[in-house]
Order: sequence, then C-alpha cells, then structure tokens
Amino acid sequence: MFRNVAELVDLAESRGIKIAQVMLEQEAEVTGRTKEEIFAQMDKNLRVMEDAVEKGLAGVKSHSGLTGGDAVLLQTYIQKGNFLSGKPILDAVSKAVATNEVNAAMGTICATPTAGSAGVVPGTLFAVRDTLNPSREEMVEFLFTSGAFGFVVANNASISGAAGGCQAEVGSASGMAAAAIVELAGGTPSQAAEAMAITLKNMLGLVCDPVAGLVEVPCVKRNAMGAANAMVAADMALAGVTSRIPCDEVIDAMFRIGQSMPTALKETAQGGLAATPTGRELEAKIFGISLSKGEQ
Amino acid sequence: MKYRSVFDIIGPVMIGPSSSHTAGAARIGRVARSLFGREPKWAAISFYGSFAKTYRGHGTDIAIVGGIMDFDTFDERIKTSLSIAKEKGMKISFVEEDAVTDHPNTARVIIGDDQGQLELVGISIGGGKIEITELNGFELKLSGNHPAILVVHNDRFGAIAAVANVLAKYAINIGHMEVARKEKGKLALMTIEVDQNIGTNILDELKTLPNILQVTKIAD
Repeated sequence: MFRNVAELVDLAESRGIKIAQVMLEQEAEVTGRTKEEIFAQMDKNLRVMEDAVEKGLAGVKSHSGLTGGDAVLLQTYIQKGNFLSGKPILDAVSKAVATNEVNAAMGTICATPTAGSAGVVPGTLFAVRDTLNPSREEMVEFLFTSGAFGFVVANNASISGAAGGCQAEVGSASGMAAAAIVELAGGTPSQAAEAMAITLKNMLGLVCDPVAGLVEVPCVKRNAMGAANAMVAADMALAGVTSRIPCDEVIDAMFRIGQSMPTALKETAQGGLAATPTGRELEAKIFGISLSKGEQ
Repeated sequence: MKYRSVFDIIGPVMIGPSSSHTAGAARIGRVARSLFGREPKWAAISFYGSFAKTYRGHGTDIAIVGGIMDFDTFDERIKTSLSIAKEKGMKISFVEEDAVTDHPNTARVIIGDDQGQLELVGISIGGGKIEITELNGFELKLSGNHPAILVVHNDRFGAIAAVANVLAKYAINIGHMEVARKEKGKLALMTIEVDQNIGTNILDELKTLPNILQVTKIAD
C-alpha cells in the first residue's frame, strides 16, 4: 500500500503503468472485490458527476438564494467567443461552478474529495474532454488517478475544512485534478506529482470561512478558481516545470499550516468572509436572527 | 491509515451541501439507528465545534435525523427528514454545545423508545468518513471500515476468550479488537471488527455465553 506520493510514483514508474492502475490494484487488494466491480462503481460515480454538471448548466438556485445561475452566465459568455483567458479554462470553471451550484441546492453530487470541493475534479475532466477526446475508460481512470493523490492527502494531512481549512478541501481537489489531467494528457507519473505540488503550493493557507455556514459563499467561486489553478498547473508540469519542494513535503506543509490555523477560520463561520459586514448581514437575513448573535 | 478506499476520496454519492456536515452526519445517525435496531420514538442530538456553529447552514440537523430514520447519504428523503419525522411522531431536539471536543465535527446522539435508549458520540473526519468514539458511556474507536460486533458483557475473566472461541469455530477472522470498561468488575464492551458479515445464528450463540449481556452488529 502506498503511503505517500513518492511511493505512488515509484510503484507506477517502476512497472511502467498508470497511477490509475496502481490505485485500482490497491483497491482490489484492500477490499477483496474484483477490479471489474470497482471499475463499475467508479463509472457510476462518473455518471453522477455528469448528471450534476448537466443540471447545473441548465440553471439551479440554492434555497438561500446566495448561489446559482453563474454556470449559465459563464456558458453564455463562452458562446460569444470574445473571452480572454481561454476556452478550456473557462469551460472547466463553468462546469466546476455548475457542480457546486447543484450541491448548494441540495442536489445529488459525488464528493471529490468533499462535497464543498466537488466541482474541481469533474469540472476539469469534462472541460479537457473536448481537447483530449478520452475514451469512457480513460475518464473513469481520471477519477482513480485523482483518487490516488487524494488518498495520500487524506492519510497524511486532511481533506476536512473544519480540520485544515479550505486548502484541505479545494486545495486537495485542485491538486488531485491537476495530477489527473497530466496523466490523461499523456504525462508521466512524476509530472502528475509535480502538477499536484505546483497546484497545492498555490492553495496553501486558504481558510474555510463560509458565509452563514453555508457551502455557498465563497465555496462555489473557490471551486471555479481551483479548476483554473489545476488547468494551469497541469500545463506547467507538462511543459517540464518542476516544483523545488517535493509534493509530499508540500502536503506536509499544508497539514502543519492547517494545524496552526485559528478555529475561527476553519468552517465555524466566525472569521474571514463570514465575519464581514455583508457576510453577517446575509447570515442574519437567511436565518431570521439579529445581527448581534453572529458577533459574539 | 484512516482512509483505506478510493471511494472514501471519490465519493460518497450524496445529497449536498457538505460531505462532513451532511453526509457524515447522516452516517452517524444511521450507525445509531443500526445499533439501536429499530426506529426510535425520540432523539436528542447535541452538536459540538463546527457542527454547533454551522449545522443549520449545512443541513447537519436534517441529515442526522435522516440517518436515524435509516436513510443513506444519497436518499432524496433526507431533504424533508424533519417533516417525515414529525409525521411519524418522532420527537427531536437539538442542542448547540459550547464544550471543546477533540474533533471539531462532533455529535452526541441519544435515541430511544419505551423499551430503552442508546447514546453514542460520532465524529465526522472529512469527505463523509466518520468514526464512533463513544457508545453508552464506553469509549471506543469504530471506523466503520469493516463489519463489527459489539458485545456488552460483565467484566469477568473468560468472557473475551469465550467470544473469540465462537468466532474461531465459525472461521471468522478478527481484524481489530478492543475492550473498554467503565469500572473494574462491572460492565464492559468488546468492539470486534471482522473481515466478513456475521450471520444472526452466530450472534444468537454469542448471546448464550455466560456473562454476555448484549450483542449487536454493524454491517459493512
């Protein structure tokens, strides 16, 4: 069983196989299930992700009214063609937003690695589909690859906003997505690890400060930027750029930063954006409570 | 290693909005329900830490009640669980606790009916994964990764050996086991994680052993 990214990369490169294959084999060994069963379950999860994106792109609104509809705005903007950053990036952003808008509206999603960060992995996958034309099998493998990197983060650091801040959620998701994009694009396992490191380095310190405690503001837009971050980091790694700090040490740094982060910034809705005047006003309005309650 | 499966990372499939505060909460409620063995008439739920601060925004309250009614993380009925519980006449109360707990996402669930009650403490450690850390006053560490047998017994010599012998007879392998007691010579709890699901015949046989008071199981 691989315990860190270095072991994961070594397992793949020494045998000349994909990271997705290493993850699949380990899952079969640990659970005693057949690879076919495991693959079929992952295929089901992929279908849940496809449905969520489709639903989000058709337009949803959350119960609180704080989020919804931005995925539609973005797709309309892309159709006009005069965008600045690039179509694949904006497409990834809009599909990440679509997923998280569905999540905020209490729709059905697949956590990757969490619900609050569920947009990044599917958002990037469905965006690079147009460029890379993957088979269905390769799309399922994308999820195993991102799962392998998430597995290392979960066991060596954290994937919980309450324990490690948003860097542990959207940060982890972005790193997972970047690594999986690299593998799908034909990069090496080492390059996938570099992409994960480059992404996560740019997410370090990100706090979890949800307005009114809802997984909406700023979560939806953090997924948007997480997707953009993953796309750019994947391109950097494929270009041959490497991280001076090895991936495992970046993950360890993320863990330690999470531990020293104050509780007010770890999913308690007591600090950061949640504690801004507008954040407090929205909270009071949504729950019908007085403003003073939130300022204890 | 706390996380063992790729589906802990790519999954669960769930009703939004939070894997820890919604799906994890539903799973904590569902374990309580599974251990209680029937639908309770009432539930008293206490939230600590981040759960206490944000449970309304995350739907932690509706998810945990959904779990208590045996709904899985992806069950659409979670969204309306509070009104479903009301229709059933289930009495539910929530308390926001100020006490600082070891883990920020902690819930204490007490459920019961005319025949009895059950109290457990669960933590939601991220991505929908949970652990049970306390059951009826006993400290334990139940990961939910494997099927488990919980045995309440008198704290006497031979009780553990007798249970282990029965499992050995049926070729059941023990992956992890621990024993907790509140006081020497009084009640104790064995938590036994095993590699395969246990048939009711084995549970019944365990119940006939001397000093064994209660036997329940959690399926994988």
